[in-house]
Amino acid sequence: MIPASQPVQRPRDAKLLVIDDAGNLRHVPRSSWVEFLRAGDLVVANDAATIPASLPGVHVDTQRAVEVRLAGRRSLDPEDVHEFTAVIFGEGDFHTRTEERPAPPRLKAGDRLKLGPMSATVVRLLGHPRLAAIRIEGSADRIWAGLARHGRPIQYAHVDVPLSFWDVWTPIAGLPVAFEAPSAGFVIDWRIVTNLRAHGVGFTTITHAAGISSTGDPALDARLPFDEPYRISEAAAAAIGRTRERGGRVIAVGTTVVRGLEHAASAGTLRAGEGLATQRIGAGTRLRAVHAILSGTHEPGTSHYELLRAFADDRILERASHELDLHGYRTHEFGDSVMLEAAFQHYHRAWSAA
Amino acid sequence: MALDNENTLARMEAFEQDGPLKGLRVAVAGGTSGLGLALVHEFASAGASVAFVARDRTKIDTTLTDIPGTHGIAGDISRKEDIYPIAMEITGELGGLDVLINNASSLGPVPLALLGDTECEDFEQALATNLLGPFRLTKALLGALAVSARQGRGAVVLNISSDAALNPYPLWGAYGASKAALNHMTRIWDEELSPEGIRFLWIDPGDMDTPLHALAIPDADRSTLKRPEAAARQAIETIVSALPQYGRSRGRIVDEATR
Repeated sequence: MIPASQPVQRPRDAKLLVIDDAGNLRHVPRSSWVEFLRAGDLVVANDAATIPASLPGVHVDTQRAVEVRLAGRRSLDPEDVHEFTAVIFGEGDFHTRTEERPAPPRLKAGDRLKLGPMSATVVRLLGHPRLAAIRIEGSADRIWAGLARHGRPIQYAHVDVPLSFWDVWTPIAGLPVAFEAPSAGFVIDWRIVTNLRAHGVGFTTITHAAGISSTGDPALDARLPFDEPYRISEAAAAAIGRTRERGGRVIAVGTTVVRGLEHAASAGTLRAGEGLATQRIGAGTRLRAVHAILSGTHEPGTSHYELLRAFADDRILERASHELDLHGYRTHEFGDSVMLEAAFQHYHRAWSAA
Repeated sequence: MALDNENTLARMEAFEQDGPLKGLRVAVAGGTSGLGLALVHEFASAGASVAFVARDRTKIDTTLTDIPGTHGIAGDISRKEDIYPIAMEITGELGGLDVLINNASSLGPVPLALLGDTECEDFEQALATNLLGPFRLTKALLGALAVSARQGRGAVVLNISSDAALNPYPLWGAYGASKAALNHMTRIWDEELSPEGIRFLWIDPGDMDTPLHALAIPDADRSTLKRPEAAARQAIETIVSALPQYGRSRGRIVDEATR
């Protein structure tokens, strides 16, 4: 697929491949996605805003330049912003493909990092020379101010221009907890939010701290997605429960929503509250909470593509990939989209029987 | 006009356990003087979590010392580049947002001038602070406000306006025109988003004894002017009555605040 290189959230010519539960494929303009919803359906999006999680800085011992990409946090607590999981690159920036980025200086526990106005310490390495737990010093308010003023949105070489906040915050972005944009949500604007009700379609959100999508290192990429904290409000859980009782479909906007909802439903009934999504979703997963996903286009081999295998058999996904290539779909965060309805056999027994 | 700190602390302690607005998350743009400072003070006294935005770091630090437990954010809402960092600090530090108050204001030309004598740059500054700034900040915080609304907490944007928005006072051209536009924008936002549970309100707080008033009318008789604390309590009453979760405690806040 062609990488989408322009940071436009809702390009007028965006495409959508719709794959129904029988594996039928249809190409349509993405702006028409709402027409594939039915009265009684519930759209669930991720309302996380995106932290500018790329922090240029200096490894104090060696005085060498580094780029620290915050990639994980254990909770959504506004005060809990000292310790992060971080991927650390050597000098350079997003203009160089991550696969070609130099390694950081050899890191060890106790190393100090100067990140603009913030100071941080390497707490420990996490089984890889580029992956570390770091601790940022100062009060929570100072850290929020430091991130807001010094951080840049994480970005990749396929987009040449530096991204701004407004490029990566979805129109519905609320709590700043995502490390990369929950970009499937770029399809949603306020006209859609305010019109869904007229179609008899519900709309709600969860907050899921979307982690990073790629590190450029095969060993690290194999560990993605990292653990991600999420929060499901009582109101959202109730809306999902009602939808299920009435036979409507739960449409997840983005892989993060699937991961959060399926984690919260893993014990049976979907529970409200905060959790830490640690599971991997793939071909062996039986869905308990979500009926369909609206997502970006994903290349085989990525963790996002793996997640799609929970919705449809491989032969259908292979056909879909072929169609995406054939019809010039664009990929990555500003790319085109896929709407995929889970085939019956992909539901968990308890769920499909209800 | 100086705040009574001893009284504030006593009241904060009284409210510490269960202030009537405990759990409410409020942001005030323009929060280190005049009505904004009074709003920060009154909201904090009632137990709300408050973040305030101002340009001057020294004034922010003074306010943080006077009203402990609040969050001070340095930024200029008339600057496009400042908006998202401000929005991220507000929602990050408060863990979400229920109430946004756009209070920061610019008079335009100082001393006030006839429109024919108003520099275009001064007019632009009035629009940037009084209209574009509130538009941009509201837009950046809309997602957070909508989250509160969907959770049944309610969400309110209160834009501070003026009678100069309604009456064509000579010399108040830049200010009056920008506030008139702010009012109209507020009404349209409300038409568009009140079905989603986000309310947009504007108030004219009246002629108050504030630094902005002193700048506009240096020789005013201050004894005839309204105290910003009184205007702040009225503003809080307006906000609270639009919040489903707190509407019932409305009388209590005003009672406690005026005791």
